[in-house]
Amino acid sequence: MSNALFTYTLRLADDLLVLSHRLSEWCGHGPVLEEDIALTNRALDHLGEARNLLQYAGQVEGQGRSDDDLAFLRNERQYRNVKLVEQPNGDYAHTIARNFLFDAYHLPLMHALLKSKDDQLVAIAGKAVKEATYHLRHSSEWMVRFGDGTDESHQRAQTALDDLWTFTGELFVEDDVQKELEKAGIAPASGPIKAAFDSTVNEVLKEATLKRPEDGFMAEGGRDGRHTEHLGYILAEMQYLQRAYPGAEW
Amino acid sequence: MITKERILELLDYVKDPEIPVINVLELGVVRQVEVGPDGKVIVTITPTYTGCPAMDVMAADIRKELLEAGVPTVEVKQVLSPAWTTDWITEEGKRKLKEFGIAPPERTADIRALKGAAPVVACPHCGSTDTAMLSPFGSTACKALWKCNACQEPFDQFKCL
Repeated sequence: MSNALFTYTLRLADDLLVLSHRLSEWCGHGPVLEEDIALTNRALDHLGEARNLLQYAGQVEGQGRSDDDLAFLRNERQYRNVKLVEQPNGDYAHTIARNFLFDAYHLPLMHALLKSKDDQLVAIAGKAVKEATYHLRHSSEWMVRFGDGTDESHQRAQTALDDLWTFTGELFVEDDVQKELEKAGIAPASGPIKAAFDSTVNEVLKEATLKRPEDGFMAEGGRDGRHTEHLGYILAEMQYLQRAYPGAEW
Repeated sequence: MITKERILELLDYVKDPEIPVINVLELGVVRQVEVGPDGKVIVTITPTYTGCPAMDVMAADIRKELLEAGVPTVEVKQVLSPAWTTDWITEEGKRKLKEFGIAPPERTADIRALKGAAPVVACPHCGSTDTAMLSPFGSTACKALWKCNACQEPFDQFKCL
């Protein structure tokens, strides 16, 4: 059970840590100043959430690993994030679509976690749910602005959705870890979260005049540590200092 | 031995490093102050935003303030639950925010309020409610960026959370 809880907490943490890193890549490169600030604000929220979760994962594991150890000293195969969050930023429509698809899953997940039997996850979700509400509002507004904007912005938003859709199946994967924690009342069931995701996606895409992509092949494996090639490059940058100068502090 | 009242007086001097006009008590981040029988002081604080970089600075500043006042041992604990809300900012804190040019959070922080349409926010400079949100994200995690259509000044608004 503590093994499953450790893995589950890492999954929650790694989604946020990797997404945070991706969003931080926009720092100083945003299309307009307000968006530069918005994305880096989000990156900071996610980094804080990831830190709380990694600290907790370290406690659950009981091997004395700190949040920094878990962030900087695990390799790709030990990361448990979904492939969606490690996808490159692309154009702004890709970044927004990636945020939107993640937010449509993350907000109902945080809501559901408030009823978990694990007190620490409840406390972390209690903070994150407020921030996640802001995030979904921001990404939804931009989906509508792009989709219902010019021909060019519409086309780019549709392309981004089509490109990323294959990574959404993994958000609701039902494996042994998930089932064990569901049974223990710690992890919320995937079904209702998928339903909330579908409802948000359908509602926003309708307003954005965008077409929901057909469910085809769904990429999986991130939850078990099998990632796309992109994660390695992210970790190479994120972990460089601790790898080159082990134990460095400042 | 130092009293709880004295500690609260000292905490009055510990400011939010990002909004240096209000202190940690007015911001509502100090949840508990305990004085042990051995004179050890435990201050429990809660973060505003999860990733707020000011929290570590506030913890260090609280420690420093109390140690300098002669408290032998200080521990600053962080708790996440119950989650901080802008309702915990005191009236005095809100007044100081406004004076500093930051529109304070007006409404009771309710998760439903976060989803609704933009609230009516009065310009902290001229008081006009003819204002518009420029961006829901501002110069720090806790603020949004607004502008006043009456006096044309941009201003920060403390987000309702």
